[in-house]
Amino acid sequence: MKKRKAMLFDITKCVGCLACYEACKVENDLPVTAEDPLQDTLSDKTFTSIEMRGDYYIRKMCQHCSDPACLSVCPVGAFSKSASGAVLYDEKKCMGCRYCMQACPFQIPRFEWRSTNPKITKCIMCYDLVKNGEATACSTACPAESTIFGDYDDIVNEAKSRLENNPEQYHPHIYGLKEVGGTSVLNLSPVPLEKLGFYANLPNERLPDLTWNALEKIPTVVSVGGVMLAGFYWLTNRKNEIKREELSQNNNRHTESTQGEKSDEK
Amino acid sequence: MKNNTIFKITFWKVIATVIIVIGLYAIYLRFTQGIGAVSNLSDEFPWGLWIGFDILSGVGLAAGGFTLCAIVYIFNIEKYRPIIRPTILTAFLGYLLVIFALMIDLGRPWAIWHAIIMWNPRSVMFEVAWCVILYSTVLFLEFSPIVLEKYKLKRLLKVVKVITIPLVIMGVILSTLHQSSLGSLYLITPSKMHPLWYSSLLPVFFYLSAIAVGCAMIIMESYLSAKAYKKQLEFSLLVNVGKWMVVVLGMYGAWRFTYLIQSGKIGLLFQPSEAMYLFHLEILIGIIVPISLLLFKKIRENRVGLFIASITVIGGFLLNRLNVSVTAFQASAGTYYFPSFLEISLTLFIIVIGVIVFNFVIKNFNVFEDIVEPDPVELKEVKPKYAVLNDLNALEQN
Ligand code: SF4
Ligand code: SF4
Ligand code: SF4
Repeated sequence: MKKRKAMLFDITKCVGCLACYEACKVENDLPVTAEDPLQDTLSDKTFTSIEMRGDYYIRKMCQHCSDPACLSVCPVGAFSKSASGAVLYDEKKCMGCRYCMQACPFQIPRFEWRSTNPKITKCIMCYDLVKNGEATACSTACPAESTIFGDYDDIVNEAKSRLENNPEQYHPHIYGLKEVGGTSVLNLSPVPLEKLGFYANLPNERLPDLTWNALEKIPTVVSVGGVMLAGFYWLTNRKNEIKREELSQNNNRHTESTQGEKSDEK
Repeated sequence: MKNNTIFKITFWKVIATVIIVIGLYAIYLRFTQGIGAVSNLSDEFPWGLWIGFDILSGVGLAAGGFTLCAIVYIFNIEKYRPIIRPTILTAFLGYLLVIFALMIDLGRPWAIWHAIIMWNPRSVMFEVAWCVILYSTVLFLEFSPIVLEKYKLKRLLKVVKVITIPLVIMGVILSTLHQSSLGSLYLITPSKMHPLWYSSLLPVFFYLSAIAVGCAMIIMESYLSAKAYKKQLEFSLLVNVGKWMVVVLGMYGAWRFTYLIQSGKIGLLFQPSEAMYLFHLEILIGIIVPISLLLFKKIRENRVGLFIASITVIGGFLLNRLNVSVTAFQASAGTYYFPSFLEISLTLFIIVIGVIVFNFVIKNFNVFEDIVEPDPVELKEVKPKYAVLNDLNALEQN
């Protein structure tokens, strides 16, 4: 079985050289989208971006959640999770409802707004490379060990030892270890990431569980509701039947007695 | 039906024509250059007016259908039978329009049938899709007697009549499921949504408000059809619907208020922001104003008063759905979204199409079957009381 893979992005080490950005463009055959790549943001033609936030560079890309919101909400199951942990998208299934975009806590999936046959696009953790045992293009390109790739356990250990060895450089938190149930991309930051406008108010719960809490009630609604409605129907109509019987009995009595009177008259 | 005044007035004809022309142009652009060419939707704001209004509100406004079916068939309150056909018609049309809107909003509408064969039971949208498909079928069957009667297809008519009750039960359950599930759609976005609207109770709130707006729609439709087609229900019946509406709205309001207190969010009500004002406005016109109005007997038992109260309920409902789908995401999206001119035109286009089709059906089919035209007195006194007996007689005669 293939092992679960992971990536680490360390903000303290990023020098803003954009090698990852360029490598991703080449690997995924994406066109040039900006004169100044530092100003570029994620789009249908850009799967990862390096953005300035004050003194720091942050890197945006799909975090490859362990239990991805995008995967759980897609009505046609267009997303899948590979053994390596990459979250993949199949355009042949997609109907373009954009619920995946609405649900992703990191605002990652993009849509081809100007296309008549639009697709969802995002980082696919270099699926082909990883399948062949290679590292992702962006991590190979990174000259500063800011983006690294490896087996999940190794990457977690590396993140932990960086925190331990240089505690003064880091905000003591590994982003992605617990958030939304864990992700395959971990982030280290010198300041709380919320301050850099990223990773804000995320719960540690797996997000699909929030939906499941509601969805699991459906069988109850159907069975109990069905019996209840049928019961009400039976009860209320029973009442009417009784009323009908009474009415018709009254009518009968009435007609009998009038007939009696008539015969008396005769 | 010569009394149709709505489309006699040329002013409205002109407006409708303009809307249709712009709408067709927008549809043309949408299918030749993509959704981005007509809308202000973006990667940061993937769902906008079309989801908030055409879909969420559209489905909600059609809730009159299942509410009334439950009243008449399940709780057997026969007095309301006269308005059941127009209400089912509106609901059926509503769902058709929702599906039409979906075909525009979906990026790949030709793949819409994928939802039937490619299952993902963990997705709320998957459940909604199935419910909408099944419920539209139910509504179609519930509406079909009107068509079958016209073409005198007696056999089919009998079949449909036999399955009426199971159909109604299915309809009520399906509606319960998807009306609430439209709220569940948003359960997965706790970090993106404004806390005033995010709640684990969203499905309950969506359901209760749908029932309330269902009542409001029944009142409004009766009022309008009284104006346009000179058909109406005994007024005291509508007053009762109004009372029910107050009860449901009261429950809904109380629950939302309690939730805000229990979850410690009540302080947010006093932190000025655009979201806060819109929240206040929503609660005010959707809950507080109509309840206050209807608590006065004089207003409640006055046609115009009742009508105005139901309009505010509908207004508050629309604002709620737009708040949940748009306002609540404004802060986290990082961009400001306001629908584009063409987006709004397309929504208006759909409404106009709805009105035109409704008029057409009213003119050509016997939708107001049970309402005795020339003699409103008869309707008032005889029909409701002895409806059961009439049915019984009819049965015996067969
Ligand atoms: S980050 Fe977003 S797009 Fe990527 S796996 Fe998680 S939910 Fe899906
Ligand atoms: S847009 Fe496509 S991939 Fe995304 S949730 Fe909808 S059907 Fe699934
Ligand atoms: S993992 Fe591959 S697809 Fe993802 S950002 Fe890096 S280079 Fe691009």
